[in-house]
Amino acid sequence: MSLDLPLVWAGIIAIGVMMYVLLDGFDLGIGILFPFAETPEQRTVMMDTVAPVWDGNETWLVLGGGGLFAAFPLAYSALFPALYVPILLMLMALIFRGVAFEFRLRGRRAGKRFWTAAFSLGSLVATFAQGLVLGGFIQGVKLSGTAFAGGPFDWFSAYSLIVAVGLVAGYALLGATWLVWRTEGALHARARAWAWTAAAAVAVLLVVVSVATLLVHPAIAARWGVAGDGALDIAKLAPKLPIPLLGAVGLAIVAVSLRRGAHLWPFVGTILVFASGYLGLAVGFFPDIVPYGMTFRQAANPDNTLALLLVGAVILLPAIIGYSLWVYWIFRGKVGADAQLYH
Amino acid sequence: MDFDALLLSRIQFAFTIAWHIIFPAFTIGLASYLAVLEGLWLLAKKPAFRNLYMFWIKIFALSFGMGVVSGVVMSYQFGTNWSVFAAAASPVIGPLLAFEVLTAFFLEASFLGVMLFGWRKVGPGLHFTATALVAAGTLLSAFWIISANSWMQDPAGFTRLPDGALRAVDWWRVIFSPTFPFRFLHMVLAAYLTTALTVGAASAWRLLRDPAEEESAIALKMAIGMFAIVAPLQLIAGDLSGKQVLTVQPAKLAAIEAFWESRTDQPFHVVAWPDRAQEKNHLVVEAPKLGSWIAAGSTGAFIKGLKAFPPQDRPPVFIVFWAFRVMVGLGLAMIALGVWGVFLIWRGALERTRPFLRSAVIMGPAGFVSVIAGWIVAEVGRQPYVIYGVLRTDQAVSPVGAGQVSVSLLAFIVVYGIIFTVGVVYIFRLIAEGPKPTAASDTEPPVRGRPPGYALGAAPDQPDEVEP
Repeated sequence: MSLDLPLVWAGIIAIGVMMYVLLDGFDLGIGILFPFAETPEQRTVMMDTVAPVWDGNETWLVLGGGGLFAAFPLAYSALFPALYVPILLMLMALIFRGVAFEFRLRGRRAGKRFWTAAFSLGSLVATFAQGLVLGGFIQGVKLSGTAFAGGPFDWFSAYSLIVAVGLVAGYALLGATWLVWRTEGALHARARAWAWTAAAAVAVLLVVVSVATLLVHPAIAARWGVAGDGALDIAKLAPKLPIPLLGAVGLAIVAVSLRRGAHLWPFVGTILVFASGYLGLAVGFFPDIVPYGMTFRQAANPDNTLALLLVGAVILLPAIIGYSLWVYWIFRGKVGADAQLYH
Repeated sequence: MDFDALLLSRIQFAFTIAWHIIFPAFTIGLASYLAVLEGLWLLAKKPAFRNLYMFWIKIFALSFGMGVVSGVVMSYQFGTNWSVFAAAASPVIGPLLAFEVLTAFFLEASFLGVMLFGWRKVGPGLHFTATALVAAGTLLSAFWIISANSWMQDPAGFTRLPDGALRAVDWWRVIFSPTFPFRFLHMVLAAYLTTALTVGAASAWRLLRDPAEEESAIALKMAIGMFAIVAPLQLIAGDLSGKQVLTVQPAKLAAIEAFWESRTDQPFHVVAWPDRAQEKNHLVVEAPKLGSWIAAGSTGAFIKGLKAFPPQDRPPVFIVFWAFRVMVGLGLAMIALGVWGVFLIWRGALERTRPFLRSAVIMGPAGFVSVIAGWIVAEVGRQPYVIYGVLRTDQAVSPVGAGQVSVSLLAFIVVYGIIFTVGVVYIFRLIAEGPKPTAASDTEPPVRGRPPGYALGAAPDQPDEVEP
């Protein structure tokens, strides 16, 4: 028996992207929530909760890009030119927010204000741009052969804008529930209020994005058993129902645990909501890796390349996950205002 | 000149990579330096080593941050701007870049958190391990990126299918392609020298203001040790690397030395104004026969000139010729600085010899300039190819429009301009503050029984007001 290497790698990259969304999602979310903090001290604590881990979180983005290059080069070389503008926008925004972690500490008055704004705006723009990338991806990319053959603004549409707004709400919810878990006192109370607002926005936008996806893309609707005239094919829909159900359960956990004053559970519920959204979108395009003209098998590198990659990944990924967990363990617990400066 | 997407993408890549390499070149050496300082402190318990560690880790954190964010850009730019190259090269060098992420980036990023914030969370042994792992990560990163780049300079261990696609046939030869060992050595030594020059300049500047500052005297002596040992080694490593260029990329060598004719007894052009259109040099100052000796080890060696290659296969000669001279000239200056410094240490006059201290300050940026000049030689010199002899640069570009690339290039120039200026100002401010002694409690091992809710990490240079 031989391994289905392209499938294995599609799975690894899918998990890597999911890891990125969850991990950088909460620290980008903290940037999105920055303007709503009551005091500069609160902002400092918010940043301190993620300062030791954000760099590791963002490395999953590099794995997403690097992994796609190494395993599915034809997808990498078709998607990135197609999404040139939002990808470059995301990178520039990430530059500002990334250096802000250190620069904000070193700035004096005007500098501190500038880098506070840069962290916040950078996080917001990076998230929005990632939403545009996602929206543009789901809309599909125009190909000629294996190369991108569309225009520079093909990704821009009402649909991709809605997806981007949805992602901003989603990351804000991740950030708020992370803060509920990891802070105390006034900031903790504030984070609860943010979590309620963000959860409501996410609930609404999940429905809006789902309906928009079905309306805009009849092919996706057909996979869910929804015909053009609105008729439902229960046999097609039934096996996929657990996906939206998972989202509903996640939202319910967020709501119930926030009401009961739990600390960790709202964050766990948010992760389930993201898993649901992720799987729900994947159903629409799998096995395409460049929707809707190239499958992951067509985009994959030859088996000898994928096999070498797999040897490395099998050894290294468990180690990476192990020491990442260890770092999170080292920095566990509530973060208070007594950690204003660190090194 | 017509500014098409190809030219703009080349300018954008050159700009973003040159900007990026500044930070790895500095942090590779600085991470190792910090590991040495922390190791010395643990062994000798001399406070000056801890003060130096605490001083340079702040500068490390600023520089590393800039390196990370500009590095993320690189991993996406192959796709956005060089998609044809990406699709063609990935079957062979895809794993090399993926292994860089898996072996190096995660390691650096994760343990950097412990290094910066973990003083009160882990014991001294574990903290030192974190510093050492970050240093190892920076070297692993250099290993894989130089491996990939060396394969692009002199591809080996692959075959071409009938449809033109590339396939690896021997991974060992792909990873350890012929030019890799010397080029890796050359880059690591360059990084160590760059750091030593920066540390040396900052310390010399501190000593000019306060000759009694113990930390700066120690750091300057360590830096001089590096100049004295590493700079001569670098000359040898560079020469070995150059001898390989003669065999694997003769057109690059001809451009480096501005040789137009193919002959034995090539002269060495100390200074020249190479003219591509007229295929000759103006304003030449030369040493007869020395060119053949430097390039091949013997004056009788026959060396090809640029005219041996069709005009469309020649690299730009002017920039390669001059970038090489800048690199070598600064390298010789580093050796001289090392010799002078060792002499002054021997005489016990280091801290008070102001001309030397001033020279060390002036030489501070020399490492960065040499690294960028060296990479210009390597990358411009292999033109017109992006994968040498396999894929031409003008065939490698993405199907994107000149409009979007010009906007992104402009945005990069503005964004990097802001970040670089501010970053340098903050680093200079830290140097001006100097290595102040830190409160001992700040680096003490974790206190048992502290509630898990306690602060992030430590406040090493900040008195701790809420000690439980």
